[in-house]
Amino acid sequence: MAVPQQSSTGAGLHPERLYGWGMTSPSVAEVADPTALDQLSELVTGAGPRGVIARGLGRSYGDPAQNGGGRVVRTTSLNKILNIDIERGVVTAQAGVSLHQLMSTMLPLGWFVPVTPGTRYVTVGGAIGADIHGKNHHSAGSFTQHVLSMDLLGADGQIRALTPDGTPELFWATAGGMGLTGIVTQATIAFKKVETARIKADIWRAPDLDGVMAELAATDDKYPYTVAWIDCLSTGKNLGRSVLTCGDFAKLDELPAKVRREPRKFAPLSLGTVPPVPVNGLLNKMTGRVFNEMWFRKAPLRKEGVIQGVGAFFHPLDGIMEWNRVYGPAGFLQWQFVVPFGAEDTLRQIVERISAHGAPAALTVLKRFGAGNSGYLSFPTRGWTLALDFPTNTPGLATLLDGLDEKVLEAGGRLYLAKDSRMRPELLAEMYPRLEAFRKLRAEIDPHQVFMSDQARRLHL
Amino acid sequence: MKDSLGAAQSLLVLGGSSDIAMATARKMAALRTKRIYLAGRTSRQLEDNAAELRQLGATVEVVPFDAAATDDHEKVLSQVFGAGDVDVVLMAFGVLGDQAEDEKDPVRAAAVAHVNYTGAVSSGIVVAQALKKQGHGALVVLSSVAAERARKANFIYGSSKAGLDAFAQGLGDSLVGTGVHVMVVRPGFVDTKMTKGMEKAPLSTTPEAVADAILAGLRRGSHTVWAPGAFRYVMSGLRHVPRPIFRKLPM
Repeated sequence: MAVPQQSSTGAGLHPERLYGWGMTSPSVAEVADPTALDQLSELVTGAGPRGVIARGLGRSYGDPAQNGGGRVVRTTSLNKILNIDIERGVVTAQAGVSLHQLMSTMLPLGWFVPVTPGTRYVTVGGAIGADIHGKNHHSAGSFTQHVLSMDLLGADGQIRALTPDGTPELFWATAGGMGLTGIVTQATIAFKKVETARIKADIWRAPDLDGVMAELAATDDKYPYTVAWIDCLSTGKNLGRSVLTCGDFAKLDELPAKVRREPRKFAPLSLGTVPPVPVNGLLNKMTGRVFNEMWFRKAPLRKEGVIQGVGAFFHPLDGIMEWNRVYGPAGFLQWQFVVPFGAEDTLRQIVERISAHGAPAALTVLKRFGAGNSGYLSFPTRGWTLALDFPTNTPGLATLLDGLDEKVLEAGGRLYLAKDSRMRPELLAEMYPRLEAFRKLRAEIDPHQVFMSDQARRLHL
Repeated sequence: MKDSLGAAQSLLVLGGSSDIAMATARKMAALRTKRIYLAGRTSRQLEDNAAELRQLGATVEVVPFDAAATDDHEKVLSQVFGAGDVDVVLMAFGVLGDQAEDEKDPVRAAAVAHVNYTGAVSSGIVVAQALKKQGHGALVVLSSVAAERARKANFIYGSSKAGLDAFAQGLGDSLVGTGVHVMVVRPGFVDTKMTKGMEKAPLSTTPEAVADAILAGLRRGSHTVWAPGAFRYVMSGLRHVPRPIFRKLPM
């Protein structure tokens, strides 16, 4: 037998200390790596009083994929692509399949994932659970909008097929539901047709925050993929100076002759791994400023038609494995919010406050969201979204962010649960008006709260 | 749950009338800690403390708890843990005793040891089991610099804290890998009602300063916290002073 023997009930249950990508607030759970659906089902029905939660590649920043004292089911061994409809670009994949795997398989066939976040090391299950978005949100919406159907394993151990039309309630509670409605076992996803595996990008600088907002607003219709990196450490007239990167997949005849020979080759570079040595404090206000300065300076004033690979355009940080270690053992957090269009003043005040505080936020990303979807807890809504990383040992960070949360809420905005690791639970219901409906639905389908995570305990989801 | 910035949502204080515990609870309640249990012997002070924390927006429950009544620990504390996760347990009970009197009275001397040491062992075991089941949580144990080396002026108290300190260190090591963090706090002379009327020792500190050190230690995941921090170096020197000299030191 090629398949290793595992106990039929345990699937290798063992205690493990888990944390999110930010490497903060760990907890210990019984972790299992099931390789078959019947094992997965038994792990759910046999979960103890502290319940069970699914975990993919652990890219959520905070605590949604951990469950202290309970069970955590890693789905990464359920990683088969089950069916490919090459004509229609429709793929059925198990929950543990990563977007990297999907790109490697589908790009050579001329299809690209409908939505990718800033890393391709997320699983299909995680992409649905967090209802992830990417640089094309304004033109394509979030990930679950491209899911035609999915299978959900419920608290009773039974699998149900969900579709947006047939079972809208449970489908949209699962989209962005942070794994609390059950475990997605597989999903059928509609891909985007591409001629090549290269992006044709326009890259240019904006001198300040008002400039970048105006540029982004003007480019919504022009490019399917847009994003701006903004410098939150510069002050005065440079406040919010930015580099815009906008583009679309290149047509075959737009590629240079050399690349044209293998137009759909997917070969992202890996530049190495950050060593596990203490580099605590490597990222501070000083190095953050230098880093931001270099990032800004290396960007061209304006350059059009730059041909980039998928990795360089969508996932620049994936080139450095385990980059989260640069923050050292203290870890870091990411804070991402959206405020509606019209709340530009709020956005400006928030950037000003962060700049004035001198919190070393490198790699701040600004983007415009299009319309939201029916997901009960889905994050994107029409407006401006800003994402920032902070080392957790930044002095005064707790108070700074609490104040900024209030500003976001006042402007009718919200925080992203896949990033959150610290918000006040009271704010959540105000930010997500459908939270009560979500709780009610969850109480109906899972009255004993079999599906439970540290984040759900922290925020009373 | 403790959040990414180290703030806890729930706190259980064993010895809820302690000034250091109260200073810590006040600071925690101002941040994220909105569910607080004050366990202790029924007293006016305990009720007042609960009322004050409620003013800060916390839901506070007073739990009748006697460190000396070890038979009841399991029952009393499992009720608290049964109601939901506890992120931080602060073990703050303890009696100073009166060395001069206690040296003449074996029953009184044993009572100091019983509360400070036996009570801590019993409740510490219960708390450790409960936190282990959660897979996360911190147990903060208020020891003392007196635990580091017993002085002739207060060796009954000092030896009881030495036992507590050793217990907490061993407990912490035994819990590595369970998600439970045990932190030993060794304050010097703290200006509290326990030390009221006593002459202040060098490097004396306040409950607020000890509370700050506790919160910083929790954030960093420290195993040992000295308050003030300089005591770490002072005691590491004193620890090695030969006995004939140590007993002649004016302290």
